[in-house]
Formats: sequence, C-alpha cells, structure tokens
Amino acid sequence: MMPLQALAVTETTPGGSLLVLGIVMPAVALVALIGLGGRGARAIVIAALLFQLYVAVRVALLVAGTQSPLAYVVGGFHPPLGITLRADGISALMMVVSAAIFLAAAGFAWKDFAQPGGKPEARAPLIFWSAMLAMASALNLLFTSSDLFNLYVGIELLTFAAIPVTAIKGGADTLRAALRYLLFAVFGSMLYLFGIVLLYGAYGTLDISGIAAQLQPNAATLAAAGFVTVGLLAKTALFPFHLWLPPAHAGAPAAGSAVLSALVVKGSLFLLMRLWFDTFPTLREPADMQLLALSGALAVIVGSVTALRQQRLKLLVAYSTVAQIGYMFFVFSLAPKGTGEAIAATAWTGAWLQVVAHAFAKAGMFLAAGLAAEVLGHDRIRDLGGLSRRAPLAVLAFALSGLSLMGLPPSGGFNAKFMLLVAALAGGQWVWGAVIIAGGVLAGAYVFGVLARMMAEPAAGASLQAVGRGRQWIALGLSAVAVLMGLLPLEPVAFLAIGRAL
Amino acid sequence: METGFDIALALLLLCVGGWSVIARNMMTAVIVFIAYGLLLSLAWVRLHAIDVSLTEAAIGSGATGLLMVIAAHKVAGDTKRVVQLSRGFHVLAAVFAALVAVGIAALAFVLPGEPSSLAAPVLERLPDSGLGNPVAGVLFVFRSFDTLLEKVVLLLALIGVWALARDADWGGVPGLRLFRERHSVLTLLARTLPPIGFVFAIYMTWAGADVPGGAFQGGTVLAAMWILVMVAGVRRPPRISSPPLRLAIVAGPVVFLAIGFLGFLAPGAFLAYPEGFAKPLIVAMETALTLSIAVILGLLIAGPPKGEDAP
Repeated sequence: MMPLQALAVTETTPGGSLLVLGIVMPAVALVALIGLGGRGARAIVIAALLFQLYVAVRVALLVAGTQSPLAYVVGGFHPPLGITLRADGISALMMVVSAAIFLAAAGFAWKDFAQPGGKPEARAPLIFWSAMLAMASALNLLFTSSDLFNLYVGIELLTFAAIPVTAIKGGADTLRAALRYLLFAVFGSMLYLFGIVLLYGAYGTLDISGIAAQLQPNAATLAAAGFVTVGLLAKTALFPFHLWLPPAHAGAPAAGSAVLSALVVKGSLFLLMRLWFDTFPTLREPADMQLLALSGALAVIVGSVTALRQQRLKLLVAYSTVAQIGYMFFVFSLAPKGTGEAIAATAWTGAWLQVVAHAFAKAGMFLAAGLAAEVLGHDRIRDLGGLSRRAPLAVLAFALSGLSLMGLPPSGGFNAKFMLLVAALAGGQWVWGAVIIAGGVLAGAYVFGVLARMMAEPAAGASLQAVGRGRQWIALGLSAVAVLMGLLPLEPVAFLAIGRAL
Repeated sequence: METGFDIALALLLLCVGGWSVIARNMMTAVIVFIAYGLLLSLAWVRLHAIDVSLTEAAIGSGATGLLMVIAAHKVAGDTKRVVQLSRGFHVLAAVFAALVAVGIAALAFVLPGEPSSLAAPVLERLPDSGLGNPVAGVLFVFRSFDTLLEKVVLLLALIGVWALARDADWGGVPGLRLFRERHSVLTLLARTLPPIGFVFAIYMTWAGADVPGGAFQGGTVLAAMWILVMVAGVRRPPRISSPPLRLAIVAGPVVFLAIGFLGFLAPGAFLAYPEGFAKPLIVAMETALTLSIAVILGLLIAGPPKGEDAP
C-alpha cells in the first residue's frame, strides 16, 4: 500500500519526455497536414502513428522495467502552478492499445482516404486524417495528464476531433447524429468544467495528487464529484446518456467507427476511473457506487436487447458498444474501499481487461461490418447472405470478436467477465453476477443471429462486390488479439497496479 | 455609489436576460442576447477580471451573437423549417434557467469562506518571466501547455466547420453572403474602420504582456475587422485551399510548437524558456498566434465552403 503522496510528481523521470512526445508529435503532424494542403497526407499520418506506437511501447517497457511510473514536469513548473504528466501501469497499457488500434484503422482506411494524385485536396481525406491525429494526441493526454484543467483540454480535443468523423459522410441523417453528439458532449464538458472550478475553489489546485492529499468530504467536493461524474458519463455514453452513440458511431466510415467505439468512449471512462480510484478514493460511498453499477447493469440489458432488435448491422454493433460499456462500471461497486484487497484487485483487472478486450473486439467487428457493407452495398441484417463466400475472413473476424463480446472462452472478454463475476460472487453482489451472465446470453443471441445470416445463401439477384484480402486481415488481426488475450492467466495483473495508491 | 451601480447592473442583467428568453421574434431575441453579453462584460470589469471581460465581449457577445444573427437570417420567414415554440415553453425555459442560476449561486456559498487561489504564487514568480500581466503569465508561462493544446482544439473546430461542406465545394470560398446588395453605411464602415482596428489589435497584442490584452483579444479584434469586410462584401473570403491562408492558420501553432521544442535544448524541458529570453519568445509566439487566431475566428464565422449556385 503506497501513501497518497506517491501519486505526486516531484521530478521528471528518465524517459519522461516520451510522454510529451506522445501528445505533441501528433499535433506536429496535424499542423503539417493542414499547412501542406493535403500533400503527402498519408505519409505524414503513418509516420506519426508509427512513432506513436514506438513511444507507447517504450513507455510500457520503462514502466515495466522500473516498476514505477514515468513522470514529466512540463516547462519545469511544478504543481500547483504548473502541469505534470505521469504514466502508471494503466496509462502505459492504454497508450499501447490506442497506438495499435490507430495504426490498424489507418491501414484499413489507407485506400478509402487517399488524396487523389495531381488533383486539388479532397474533403474527406483531410477531415479524416486530421481527426485521427487529434484523437491520438488527445487520448495520450487523457491517459497521462495529472492536471484537471489540462485533462479538460484533452476532453475537448477528443470531442472536437470525434464529431467531424461522424459527419464525414454528409447528408441530413449523419449531420443530425453529429449535432446530437455535439450537444451531449458539450453538456458533458460544461458539467466537468463546472465541477473542476468548484474543486479549484475548494483546494486551490488542479493537480490530482494535490487534491487527493487534502480531500475533505464537504459539500463543495461532493457537488464537484457529482458534476464531473455526470459530465464524463455523458461523454462515455453510459445508460441513460447513450442516446447519441448509436447513430453517431453507425454513421461514421468503418475505420472511424472502429476508433470511436474502441477508444474514444474509453478516454472519458479512463478519466472517470482515474478520478474515483485515485483522486476521490475516500469519497466512494457504497450507495453511490451501486448507482453507477446499476446504470452499468441497465446499459448491459437495454443495450443488448436493443442490439437484438436492430435491422442494420452497424447500428447493432453500435448498440453492442452501449452494452459492453456497462460491464466496465461494475468495478465501481466491486472494488469498494476497505474490503479484501484480493477481490478489489480481481475486479480492477477484470474491468481493464474488459476495456482492452472490447477495444480490440469492437474495432475488428466494426471493420468487418464495414467490409460487409462494401461487399453487399447495404448493411441490412436480413440480407447478409453470401458474405461468407465473398469475404470469409471478415466473417471470421466478426465471429471471433463476437466470441469475446459474449464472453466465451478462450477470449479476453471471457477473462474480463469471469473475473468481474468472481469478484461479484465473492463480494456477495450476486445481482451484478446475474447481469453479467444475462448480458453474455443476449450478446450470444445477436452475434449468432448475424453469423447465421452471413453464412446463408445469397439472396436471388444480389450483386456482391469483391473486397481485398488486406483489409480483411486487418479486421481479423484485431479480433484475434481480443481472443488471444484469453490465454492470459486468470489472476490480477501486477502491471495494472504499478504506480497506484491502492 | 459603487454598490448602487452593481445592484442596478445586476437587475439590468436579469431583465435583459429574461427579455432574451421570452422574446417571440428570433431576431429580437438575438439582438437582446448580444446586449446581454455586453452588460455581462461590464459585470466582469466590476469583478476586476478585465481579460475575462474582453473575452466575454468579443466571443460571448460578438462572435456568438454574429453566428446567431447569421442563423436567424438564414431561417427568417421560413415557416416550414422553423418550429414556433409556445409561450409555455419559453416560460419553462426561463424557469429552468432560473433554477440553474439559483443552483450555481447556492454552490458559491458551499465553498470555503476564504477563497483558495494561486494568485499569490503567480504574482511572486511572475517577474522571472519578465511579464507584467499575471493572466499572460498563466497562459504563456506556467500553463502554456494548456494554451498550446487549446490552439490545436481551435484547428479542429475549423476542421469541424469545414466538414459541413459538400465534397464538390471543398477548397472553395466560404459561404458567408449576408448582404447581397451594396449597403452604403456598411461599406463605408468596412473601408474606414479596419485601419484603426488593425492598429488597435497590434496594440492589444503588444500590451498584453504587461496589462490586460494579448494574442486572443488582439486576434479577435483583427477577426472582427475581417468579418466586417467580408459581410459588407468589400472583399470576398479567400478560397479555403489557398496556400497563404493555410500558412496563416498554422503559423501560431507552428511557432508555439517550435518554441516548445526549443525548451528541450535549453534549459532542458518542453515549453521552458531559456533564462532571460522568456519575454521575447513569448512576444514572438503571441504575434504569430494573433494572426492565426484572427484568421481561424474569421473562417469559423464565414462558414463551410459553398458553391456559387448552392442554395
């Protein structure tokens, strides 16, 4: 058990500048992209994303090697005046996951978003690649910043990068979805900002460890925690704030949907977990945490049942995201303060495995759904027949992702849900255990429903387009990672506890 | 005397705010909202937050108001697309807004009596940077990382507005055409005011190091001049693919990033300034930022590129 002060960043550690580069280099690439007017756009993006992966892997190796977090004092100004960056085990994990999925999505979108050679800059490529770079930068900021206002800037950057992606296709429906996303997101931002204003007023600092060290359960702090939480829930699309997600995620191009569902909603979730477990750990009253878990349970049930009733494949996959986000909220109730540390560690690992397994599974599934739409020219679930002939690897990717979403062994989804289940039963919270099992059954129903259609004979008169193998392999690769995570031993992962106060 | 002024201002704010909510004509509501923003900036002056006041007047009242005027102008007389809200709905909105206000006011009282703030340490360490304005110190010294990333957010906001264009119109001219006919008064203003505004903007940016002002305020004044010229039809907005325009958009972030990386070399941390060079570097940064902010704000208001014949 480390004291709370262990969260404080005192000095820059060796390799700490990697944290700055992870945030700033995508911004450098973004400026080049806009300044050069589309010339060499894809080369700039791929270089930036490869560098991003290098940075993430270096950070993870350094954290694992030293068994302690990396830290950076920006500009040499210490809190409370200045801003610090800090990467612990979960930060490093999420940086690697994010970099890998961005690269895969960029590879998938390589052909669709090529700038036409010798012609003037085109609209979709500039918007798509700019947004990808900005999202990559914003996520790294959310994973590493220790300053509440700096994190607000990260949330804003993530939002303003994600919304154009949902509007790329144009047309009234996608614009309406993008506008709805904007309204929910701005509502969330305002609540978050209001909450941190209260915290600054109460504690005179925006530094997470500075607030944690002097935390009092007074009215201002409780109100602030409430505002910040509701604001972040709106961005994470937890039930009942999920209404914006399905049309927005389903309306984006496939590679964009993959990044939005796999990573973007996890940015605000990451911050929420960081706040409740590292900043306000002593405020975690069981009743409030049960409320978060209840919202999660309702998300699992409502999201899965709604997914079952969808006629369009991309909307089904989007509603499945609503459901899968719900599981992650059980950790708030399953890892309470003061109970057996083994249970808490099991729930903690289960929740992060769920975050990562869902990221890979959902990215693979959205890419597979995008390929299905390309082969068939539509994404009506009823008429998916013939897909297994034209794009067998995409169907396999969908199936493997489905395996992890259902939580069948061997898969990362199974490990995650099993560990959450074990923690629920060990803590006597069998209701959440029942929801975890019910959610798996419902996911099985919608995944097998789609797979059966994909395996069916093509409808008479359907014209099927061919799609390349390369992009099918990318989808399959992502799904395979979700499944391979099932080979991990079913026990708490020590890496996830590096640098934590618990 | 001062208390009397404050009470009168607060009452006036309430009345004007209420008027904006219950006004039935959209254009009336927008104009009253602009007036409301200007009164609010006065309130900020009374709270000794001059920088906030300038921003409120420029962005909260000016830029937001202009966007609302454009929106109201676009749908004026269009009874099919504009939903007429009932009187009851307006009252409901007013009640909701009042509840939010009461809630916020109540929270002000739950904070500890002695406000905790970093004002003292900021003032104590400000002289090291050579700056005199503590707000500039926070924005460009202690928390310049936030400021840098906010500029990236501004780029993304522009990309978001441009994303609303049709594929075929990409690279073209923004669709801001408020006044199709020549309007003598507006034209006169658009020809005479910009030189004065230009000098004023430069002054605000330059003075921002020591007194309220700075790149954002200066950039906003420049943007206002540019918008006036565009709205009056004296000069058309440039094509969004124009290389000089793109350079102007990224100039601020490029200089900011470059100075940030310079910090790695000396004195050894990102966004740290070499001893004795803080002020000149910050002024260079602010100059480039003024240009970029002016161009981006102007383009945000000018809207997505639009073909000539598009409705």
